[in-house]
Amino acid sequence: MNDLTVSGRFALVVLVAVLLALPQFASGYVLSVTIICLYLSFVGQAWNMMLGFAGLLSIGHALFVGLGAYTSGYLFTKHGVPPVIGVVAAVAIAMIMGSIIGYLGFRFAIGGVYFALLTIAFSEFVRILLDHAKFLGGTEGLFLPVTQESRRGVDLVNLRGAPQMYYYVILALAGGAFLACRALLHGRIGYYWRAIRDNPEAAEAVGVHIFRFRMYAVVLSSGMAGIAGVFYAFYYNNLFPEQVLGIERSIEITLAPIVGGVGTLFGPIFGAFILTPLGEFLTYAVDGLKESGIIAKNVKTDGVKLMFWGLAVALIVLLQPKGLWPWVCKLLGLVKPPGERG
Amino acid sequence: MAAMLEVQGLSKSFRGLRAVADVTFSVPEKGIIALIGPNGAGKTTCFNLIAGAMKPDAGRVRLAGKDITGFRADIACDAGIGRTFQLVKPFQDLTVLENVTVGALHKHGTVAAARRESAGFLDMLELGDKRHMHAANLTLPDRKRLEVARALATQPRLLLLDEVMAGLRPTETDRMVTVLKRLRSETGLTILLIEHVMRAVMALSDRVVVLHHGEKISEGTPEQVTKDPAVLECYLGEGAI
Repeated sequence: MNDLTVSGRFALVVLVAVLLALPQFASGYVLSVTIICLYLSFVGQAWNMMLGFAGLLSIGHALFVGLGAYTSGYLFTKHGVPPVIGVVAAVAIAMIMGSIIGYLGFRFAIGGVYFALLTIAFSEFVRILLDHAKFLGGTEGLFLPVTQESRRGVDLVNLRGAPQMYYYVILALAGGAFLACRALLHGRIGYYWRAIRDNPEAAEAVGVHIFRFRMYAVVLSSGMAGIAGVFYAFYYNNLFPEQVLGIERSIEITLAPIVGGVGTLFGPIFGAFILTPLGEFLTYAVDGLKESGIIAKNVKTDGVKLMFWGLAVALIVLLQPKGLWPWVCKLLGLVKPPGERG
Repeated sequence: MAAMLEVQGLSKSFRGLRAVADVTFSVPEKGIIALIGPNGAGKTTCFNLIAGAMKPDAGRVRLAGKDITGFRADIACDAGIGRTFQLVKPFQDLTVLENVTVGALHKHGTVAAARRESAGFLDMLELGDKRHMHAANLTLPDRKRLEVARALATQPRLLLLDEVMAGLRPTETDRMVTVLKRLRSETGLTILLIEHVMRAVMALSDRVVVLHHGEKISEGTPEQVTKDPAVLECYLGEGAI
């Protein structure tokens, strides 16, 4: 709060108030789109911790989401373990996978884009493995039991309830992730991460144990993504390897932070709330054009949203490589320059 | 006085090229020793071997009697070595104050304490009014100063300075010399510096070690070294002083 100008504080208060009150006035459709926005800002925050804070590019983050989803989903459907307990196992497994990838990458000094390839390789490997794992449903999918009456009410232990409950759960997660990342970034670990990101050799010369702090980044980030996976599993209730761990999912996770601003705290949130509604609007608009006959009905338009996202990333990289959020911040004067902070 | 740094028979080759060949010298506690020589003489490689950025092929490095040969850079820093880089390596997207804070965190438990401490080093290096600028926007002389401030913030026992005077105006050089001398008298800092600016070398150093083709060709007080025919021939040239 100390970093914010008066208008910045006002904007923050309004935003929090609107988000808290949203289920009171929003339609089911708006609520579901907002849930997706919050979900993407949560996983975006996790991904951003690696690239934005510590300078480690992951293009396989769906792997950690998938492990979290499958772990908690499996424990729930086959052993009746509620997700409040399942999430512990989910996070543990995601973190173990994260530390394996991190160890291999950092121990053998696989840097930059090669590290990104390593994350893709692991993600694809696990996806193919899941295709053949019969006890997890294989390609036929893993379905979490859900009844009509569980769609009403609030059961936080089993993550069963009305859309409003899911909304508040993901809102709490996204808000908590934001605060946690903020605390990390302003602490010793955040300073060290950014030092390693900007210049590993210089960081090492001032006593930073590079391997250890890179590991922290991967493990924390994968753990957060694991939590996202639990939410994913219990919100959608069906898991298919292709759908959960496909590379499109990993790329989708990167979009919001890239558009919003890699390395910024609010960028992933801002990006998610820009991209998701625009994508929805585009789908809606294309459907409208089909209805009115401007586009022939038999033209396939499934890829329109993906094309738009591709275009959005290309434009951002060309025009605002630091993302939209720092630019908007400056434009609206939401954040004090560093010299005027307490 | 006891030796703070002892370098013994230090050697390093790159693909058969002997960059540093059997170099031996020592730096007494609270001493200021200059390492000079023509480009490619192996001075920076020597620094990299001492500070742990590279591992030597042969030889020993001792800091205050403790063998630190082949230590990784962060362990060397723990042992008490602070260094600057000839090709400056600022943390580009961090502010000047944050850059130095990363260094200060080495000895300070909290970010708040580290930031307070860093402000002092920035004032010392005349960067106080630029503390909220991003390091990427600094001029080269200021980046060199930032290198010094960041290394000092780790509170080293031995400071390795790699051409920090390059690009400074003569008056700025003199001010830097004053700062370094003051640090030595106030904190007991030991300094080993690589420098081409003879004005600084003459004013600062107790002794000078001269390297050429990776080998030590001369050692002595600044006056002795600048009269050594071998040094004059390969480095300073006739009438350099």
